[in-house]
Amino acid sequence: MRPDLSLNLCGCGLKNPVIAASGTFGYGVEYSGVMEVSKLGGVCSKGLTMGGKAGNQGERLYETPSGLMNSIGLENPGVGHFIEHELPQMKKLGVCVIANLGGGTVESYEEGAALLDAADVDMIELNISCPNVKAGGIAYGIKACSAREVVGRVRAVCRHKPLMVKLSPNAENIVEMALACQEAGADALSLVNTFQAFAVDLHKRKPVFENGYAGLSGPAIKPIALRMVHQVCKSVTVPVVGLGGIVTGHDALEFIMAGAAAVQVGTANFMKPDVTLDILRQMEAWMEAEGVASLDEIRNIL
Amino acid sequence: MPVKLYSSKVLSNRPVGPGVFLLKTIYEGAAAPGQFFMLRAWGTAEAPLLSRPISVHDCADGILCFLYEVRGVGTAKLAALRPGDKLSLTGPCGNGFPVSAVKGRVALVAGGIGLAPLLYTAKCLKNCTADLYCGFRDEPYALDPFAGLVRTIEVATDTGRFGHKGFVTDLLDAAAYDCVITCGPEVMMEKTAKSAMRAGVPVYVSKEAKMACGIGACLGCSFETPMGRKSVCKDGPVFSGSEVYAL
Repeated sequence: MRPDLSLNLCGCGLKNPVIAASGTFGYGVEYSGVMEVSKLGGVCSKGLTMGGKAGNQGERLYETPSGLMNSIGLENPGVGHFIEHELPQMKKLGVCVIANLGGGTVESYEEGAALLDAADVDMIELNISCPNVKAGGIAYGIKACSAREVVGRVRAVCRHKPLMVKLSPNAENIVEMALACQEAGADALSLVNTFQAFAVDLHKRKPVFENGYAGLSGPAIKPIALRMVHQVCKSVTVPVVGLGGIVTGHDALEFIMAGAAAVQVGTANFMKPDVTLDILRQMEAWMEAEGVASLDEIRNIL
Repeated sequence: MPVKLYSSKVLSNRPVGPGVFLLKTIYEGAAAPGQFFMLRAWGTAEAPLLSRPISVHDCADGILCFLYEVRGVGTAKLAALRPGDKLSLTGPCGNGFPVSAVKGRVALVAGGIGLAPLLYTAKCLKNCTADLYCGFRDEPYALDPFAGLVRTIEVATDTGRFGHKGFVTDLLDAAAYDCVITCGPEVMMEKTAKSAMRAGVPVYVSKEAKMACGIGACLGCSFETPMGRKSVCKDGPVFSGSEVYAL
């Protein structure tokens, strides 16, 4: 029998637990030529901010062994532009549409969330974890008390849409951070965003990135991401979406076993643009071979 | 031609210059001159993490050609490919040179491996007389296929062993042309483009950038222009001079 991968995530019906991660998949439509995007469980939009951003200057990408550092700096056209232009196209993809919202001030988060709450998105993923924007992302992602405030304020204006909060692995204490976000009203948590990292251009005797530090993603971070997802799943009651270095179906299943309700795939999309479909096939094949009919049988068993 | 993912097979892959290879691979689709593909001949568990963007050198009769220089781990892996090996292609990516809009006298200006996209571009130019200007470090390469496509080939080398000793930009009088098309190192393209812009001659440059997705999703190759931010992979890699440079 074909295993059942469908799930309900905060009231949204997903065909399966594989979601394209924010910043790696554009608005989904970019990938529609190279794969059947409709087969995914969901797609997270590029990180949006209220007024839009030009992003960071200088180098934006740097490869490391099994990893990728980026310093995009939340380049985006703004929430308003997204709702008018990109969202209608995303809605045609036939997947759960998740708008990723970043910000600077608490007020800009509130404004953005209010607009998205009234728009046709299925879910809001609150990004308090971008390491590449000085005021805004990471500032709220490190201290649980700051996160509690911004999540609470956003929750108050986000009245109709499920609110998922994306956590930074750079948090002082990932479990305290997760609990603070849950208490402040998060319907779900996604983790982890990129690890703050540093690269040096030996020849130039300078940092590679103009911003100094940048975010590390990819298989290099998977074991740490998996540990954090496991710790958080043991501590919270809201669903957790796991991410960090997932490339194969087996990687995804490991996150499910560690307690994740669903997974996101990011950097791997750059290795093979249809990798998410491979992941789905590999998950199904493993479940069939192991006689696992539903992910519920293996979720959170560790 | 929408971007698609192709599973291709290598036909041949041989050195044609110092660290420069010509790769021929099966491809039944079309491509515009100046477009590129993301190439990958290694698994997702292997380094390097990202695929490599390489511009179309030629495209005809079910064969796609890439001319590339070995610069690092990715291109070294491409250089090791043998006939029959599998090669994954994502493309054709980007916009390409507006060849159908170009008429009259055309200067094709290449710096080193920037020569790569100019062969297919020369082939696709109609109702034009083209001259090729190309700069190399020392020894010229991959020029034979241009015979019959261009009127003259002017060479400059850093060493002076072949052609003019100095920069290829020394050789170009942009005012003598109706259009200038260039690809090469950033400094050389800027110099070429600005000389054309000063002469009031339309100029198109093909930019190079590190890329992760190649399809406009990650914004890793986005850069600042006088007209706001543009992504090399989707808005380019070909830009008109004035889109990129301010005089």
